[in-house]
Amino acid sequence: MSLHINEIRKDFPILDRETANGKRIIYLDSTATSQKPVQVIEAMNDYYRRSNANIHRGVHTLAEEATAMYEGAREKIAKFINAASSREIIYTRNTTESINLVAYSWARANLKSGDLVILTEMEHHSNLVPWHMLQMERGIELEFIPVTEDGVLELDTYKTLLNRTPKLVSFTHMSNVLGTINPAAEIIQLAHAAGAIVMVDGAQSVPHLTVDMQALDADFYAFSAHKMCGPTGIGVLYGKSALLESMPPFLGGGDMIKEVKLRSFRANSLPHKFEAGTPAIAEAIGFGAAVDYLTKIGMDKIAAHEHEVTEYALDRLEEIPGVKVFGPSADKKGGVTAFTLEGVHPHDVAQILDRDGIAVRAGHHCAQPLHEKFGIPATSRASFYLYSTKEEVDLLVSGIYKVKEMFG
Amino acid sequence: MDDLYREVIIEHYKNPSYRGKLDPHDISFADNNPLCGDHIQIDLRVDTSGMVTDARFDGHGCAISQASADLLMEMVIGKPLEEVKKLNKQDILDMLGIDLGPVRLKCALLSLKVLKAGVYGLGEASDDLVE
Repeated sequence: MSLHINEIRKDFPILDRETANGKRIIYLDSTATSQKPVQVIEAMNDYYRRSNANIHRGVHTLAEEATAMYEGAREKIAKFINAASSREIIYTRNTTESINLVAYSWARANLKSGDLVILTEMEHHSNLVPWHMLQMERGIELEFIPVTEDGVLELDTYKTLLNRTPKLVSFTHMSNVLGTINPAAEIIQLAHAAGAIVMVDGAQSVPHLTVDMQALDADFYAFSAHKMCGPTGIGVLYGKSALLESMPPFLGGGDMIKEVKLRSFRANSLPHKFEAGTPAIAEAIGFGAAVDYLTKIGMDKIAAHEHEVTEYALDRLEEIPGVKVFGPSADKKGGVTAFTLEGVHPHDVAQILDRDGIAVRAGHHCAQPLHEKFGIPATSRASFYLYSTKEEVDLLVSGIYKVKEMFG
Repeated sequence: MDDLYREVIIEHYKNPSYRGKLDPHDISFADNNPLCGDHIQIDLRVDTSGMVTDARFDGHGCAISQASADLLMEMVIGKPLEEVKKLNKQDILDMLGIDLGPVRLKCALLSLKVLKAGVYGLGEASDDLVE
């Protein structure tokens, strides 16, 4: 049932490397970006060595091979999240671009001054700023589902907000700071009952949980390859095909057109309508390989392993005097532990841990409003993935004790 | 690396001599380091000859940024504004006595940036001030 952790770790060559002072890397920053297994690195290498060509237009061997690999990856991703069709998988650069695509295309065609968009207080900046920009541009209204002290959403307030007939509800499936896994199905169902369209920021959920587009029923769902063992530079916007069909194109250029006249164009069909210009071909292929890799291991097993490590980490962290961990208990969260250490700035914590090769993140993790809500400028964040071990948690804990000693 | 957290830095972080605000003051300026959310405000009193007679900093941040601010206040008291304007990155590094990577350099230089923006009477603290 459990993961063969030693076998898995062999797939990630970077986990064997050492820092300049000879310490093995203890990578506890997978929430920022995951490490990449050789299977992904080799899939991309192989593409460049054997099959590199531009896609969709050429008829030669390489172009056909490249196109098949690029589109094959899309099929794999569609299956991975149980989308109804691969036409609903739009390649973007990352989650941020996926959210911006919705803000530029769908929202600018559908929202006018005074229309309400509901977000939450635990959003990443990427699901805040595009809406701030739209608010400045055309006066939409923004409301936020509050976060409780325990780091979960106040659903009663959400239900009250829904009485104001929002046009859009956009929320994160899993917080990148608190680790909270939000009750997405319930939030979506309530939004639909109130007549709103729903977008989900899935940057942290897709890498760690089984997500099923048809069961969830989200209208839009955004995620990135690089947090799920894939490369940077490629992400996905999932959208229900009827919605995507009704939307104006986003960026204009090659590949997104059916026909171009000197003074007009006709947009291509889905998914190409939203994919202007030569895309990140090798990265899409790497994304496909990442999905294969995760599927082969099994998302349920990965989630169970992360849960075990997270539960252990919470227990160990909470026993350290002066450490305060943010977010809900292990049963309500993914593998993210953001904490503060009394009297020591998170930057100093991270820097001192780095001396022992331990990589944690320090700062506001692109969620400044959430930190303001908790009255702190920053946190240190240790996060876990399929290759993380309890031994690494132990090293983190000893590292924190060293920090305490230093700042005595 | 141990150098980064020299005793003097931890000491100035934990027990700063110049933390606080000056009221009244002749110059006051505040800014953030957006990377880590550090915040520093600096108040100065300046006499008619243009000499800094008192200086205080306030705010929050990592040991490097706060110790750097405290040491900087100590350094500028008694200096003419014209000399304060000439302070640069190297002066801060010499003052701290440590080498810093690009990320932590921003922490160390935040107080100088704030100080110089205030002294020059600028609306915004720019990185150019501390090159």
